[in-house]
Amino acid sequence: MTIIYLITIFTMAVFLGFELITKVPATLHTPLMSGSNAISGITIVGAVGILLTGLSVGEAGVLPLILAALALFFATVNVVGGFVVSNRMLRKFRGKKQ
Amino acid sequence: MTDYQSLLTIKETVVALFYLISAVFFILGIRNLAKPKTAARGNTLGATGMLIAFLTAFLDFGVIIDVENEVIRSQFQYWYILLFAIAGGSIVGLWAALGVKMTGMPQMVAIFNGFGGGASLLVAGVFYLFAMIEGTGVLPLQVLIATAISGLIGAVTFSGSLIAYGKLQGVGFVPDKPVGFTGDLLLKMFLLLLLLFFGVLMILNPAATEWYWIIVFGGFLLGILLVIGIGGADMPVVISLLNSYSGLAAAATGFVLGNIVLIIAGALVGASGLILTAVMCRAMNRSLVNVLFGGFGGTPAKDSGEDIYEGRITSTTAEEVAMVLESAQRVAIVPGYGMAVARAATPVRLLTEALEKNDIEVVFGIHPVAGRMPGHMNVLLAEEHIPYDKLLDLDSINPTFPQTDVVIVLGANDVVNPKARDKESAISGMPILDVDKAKTVVVIKRSLSPGFAGIPNPLFAMDNTLMLFGDGKKATEEILKEYKEL
Repeated sequence: MTIIYLITIFTMAVFLGFELITKVPATLHTPLMSGSNAISGITIVGAVGILLTGLSVGEAGVLPLILAALALFFATVNVVGGFVVSNRMLRKFRGKKQ
Repeated sequence: MTDYQSLLTIKETVVALFYLISAVFFILGIRNLAKPKTAARGNTLGATGMLIAFLTAFLDFGVIIDVENEVIRSQFQYWYILLFAIAGGSIVGLWAALGVKMTGMPQMVAIFNGFGGGASLLVAGVFYLFAMIEGTGVLPLQVLIATAISGLIGAVTFSGSLIAYGKLQGVGFVPDKPVGFTGDLLLKMFLLLLLLFFGVLMILNPAATEWYWIIVFGGFLLGILLVIGIGGADMPVVISLLNSYSGLAAAATGFVLGNIVLIIAGALVGASGLILTAVMCRAMNRSLVNVLFGGFGGTPAKDSGEDIYEGRITSTTAEEVAMVLESAQRVAIVPGYGMAVARAATPVRLLTEALEKNDIEVVFGIHPVAGRMPGHMNVLLAEEHIPYDKLLDLDSINPTFPQTDVVIVLGANDVVNPKARDKESAISGMPILDVDKAKTVVVIKRSLSPGFAGIPNPLFAMDNTLMLFGDGKKATEEILKEYKEL
């Protein structure tokens, strides 16, 4: 994939992001933040990738493997924790309408 | 005969399509998260997108179609490490997310931000290491640039978030007060330039992978320096900014791997974090540069306000407040960080219910930067099941203060300081809640000590202001008790 193609996608996504969230009520600031934060855990895809395609320990030593495992651990905490905590908050928001 | 070349093309197309689908889920997720009615659905959509992307990664990297040797094989070399890391991450994530109290939410969000940044810098770094060790030795220029950026932003996000966590959680060795010293701005700028220079060195000589880790290490330092200088009330800005950085780090990693779902998701989060940051800055009438590099938090209060307060403070009792409340028709409650610290949300709700039982209208005035993260007060009150149509923002509540009989200011200070209307004051121009226009103002506060901005508050000395000194929770409970006994 050419770099121009990737930069185009990035630029479009940034503008899309601005368009999507220009007006967010203050009530939702925290859940929006923790929900979007969980989305930034998308690096989990990269972490899975490097662990699946990684070199054998002999060539690279153990260190890259440890780092890759740590990356996957961090990303998983970010994703699982982020979505669950947002859901907890939003359930409380919903509950008070009744 | 199987045509392996077409099989490979099919696989690559399917993978790209699934990544695209998950990106669409993220877009829909964020869009729905921005509206109260659909927010919960938005979160579920985001999580679904993540699950799709996660599973697609196994097809993408785990299934190898070898055209030359005409075989399809699976590649799960380190599946046990994978399983271990995912299981560990899920357990820790669930434990933290389910165990955290609503009052602890700011630090939880802060630390999750940091983990996202940490994951991005590690993925980019390990990818780079593997590429160099594999002996191919050549990475395209743009990949090297993206790797350096990912390492830098990821490291700043990681260490900055840990410091933010420490400040919010009250971890002993991390000072809550802003730490500043002469020349710290220069130091930060110098460090940033130095790291950019190291980035150039790394790009010019890719085989020397140690430059990457030097950049990461320098990024840790920079993150610490950036956040250690931030005081409590500026936290909402910093947390929003770190949120944005965690997205940008993920996007940079996407450039390293040439993966569009990372780029799209990262860009969306980067943009949303930036918008929140701008909202927070506007609510304090300060620029981002002013918040990050000095600003009012650093200077200790010189003006204790004795000349303003001298002889003009009216101290009151819970009993008197209860009597004032009894004759009121409309009551506004203005909470601040003090309510969070005193864990006073429950007695506030009980008092609200007692007042409403007697047909007194109760509303809440929420300042955008009240608390330590965007929307902090809303989360605390939501936990008490206070309907969100009672939580009014500045624009809705300010015109109604003249018709409000009693305002109870609970643990808020700078956001109700009329000094903001003066041209000369440190908080000049900051949008405030005009509580001084109400008939009676009750301020529940421990002492007359200044708020985060370090300036005295003339509101406390006004004729229609009653000061109820004490702990927020205890004071509210006493008012409730007295009110019920009337």
